[in-house]
Amino acid sequence: MATQITAAEFDEKVLKADKPVLVDFFATWCGPCKMMAPTIDQIATEVKGTADVYKIDVDQAPEIAQRYGVMSIPTLIVFDKGEVKNQAVGAQPKPAVMALFD
Amino acid sequence: MEQEARTTYDVAVVGAGPAGLTAALYAARAGLSVVVLEALMPGGQMGETGRIDNYPGFPEGVSGFDLTMQMQEQCTRFGVEFVNEGLVSCDLACAPKRLDTAARTLWARAVIVATGSHSRKLDVPGEAELAGRGVSYCATCDGNFFRGKTVVVVGGGNTAAADAIYLSRICEAVHLVHRRDRLRATAAEQRRIADIDNVVFHMNKTVRTIEGEGGAVSGVVIEDVQTGETEEIPASAVFVAVGKVPNTDVFAGQLPLDEAGCVRADESGATGVAGVFAAGDVRAKRLRQVATAVGDGANAAEAAAEWLAS
Repeated sequence: MATQITAAEFDEKVLKADKPVLVDFFATWCGPCKMMAPTIDQIATEVKGTADVYKIDVDQAPEIAQRYGVMSIPTLIVFDKGEVKNQAVGAQPKPAVMALFD
Repeated sequence: MEQEARTTYDVAVVGAGPAGLTAALYAARAGLSVVVLEALMPGGQMGETGRIDNYPGFPEGVSGFDLTMQMQEQCTRFGVEFVNEGLVSCDLACAPKRLDTAARTLWARAVIVATGSHSRKLDVPGEAELAGRGVSYCATCDGNFFRGKTVVVVGGGNTAAADAIYLSRICEAVHLVHRRDRLRATAAEQRRIADIDNVVFHMNKTVRTIEGEGGAVSGVVIEDVQTGETEEIPASAVFVAVGKVPNTDVFAGQLPLDEAGCVRADESGATGVAGVFAAGDVRAKRLRQVATAVGDGANAAEAAAEWLAS
């Protein structure tokens, strides 16, 4: 399962992480986000130990969404050493999400 | 060695929207072995729809996601297998038919094509660069990011009308740009939209370019289809609702397609290629709804079962 984090936890858990972090920017009312959720959970289990996977509710943390220019959900961003490494917008097949780590 | 490991299903269903899930359910209940291939999660466009108000049996409406989960669970109960991989290539002429994903090859005696469609792009400068930066194909997903702003909706069908109505409630102003002199939306939608104060109509206009500033949409340039006159509308977002494109690239040259790229098939789903049936939005037909997709799925499964028995 991918853990949901708050805006207050973002810097510590994502930017200061010692491994790559996939963040799923979602909203509870967004259909494509719901469709992505099981895939995100699967990936969280598969990459455990080598990467972290978190979810951020854009309604709860609009400042984080704004900081990274999120204007479409789901937006998936992989952070590495505090920087945006790769990102994708919209529901994606699993291999496309995994490729964001490369 | 490979021969031993190889499983041949009675039916492979490509796509897990309402047509594919219904076809799988009916085929499984007919005693056939069934596999469903789906690149994304099940549901297709139905799964992405917040609330569906015109599928019978749900007087208060039903979330497309919830309906998807129920349909999938029903399939699983009758033994349908799901493979969460997309179809990359196939050979529909051979027997059994060959279906390749990026990871494996599957074999099936009959194939039901239920791959649906995806949103048509405008194909104008700025669209690709600004996708996810103000260019959106899902108003209910992304509208909230533009609360209190001015936005553009492009299109004249039911989706465009519904998008404009939805956005008018949360945005400062909605500019509806349509290339014809009247909307194609249903009378009910047209009446609803005509009464809204903050929707501005731009009829007989097409979008020529989408302009950006600082990596985000700043407006669109529209052109009058009759006079060629151009005008810029400053806006923070562009919601594109100009129809759908069938997902049939992978079947090109193997199935009969119409000018729009839809699979030509009769009401039973028969495509003319032995053992291959089409169901749902991918099929050339008039009305594309969950209700008609479900009917297509049942018909195609029945036809496939009959074909396998003959």
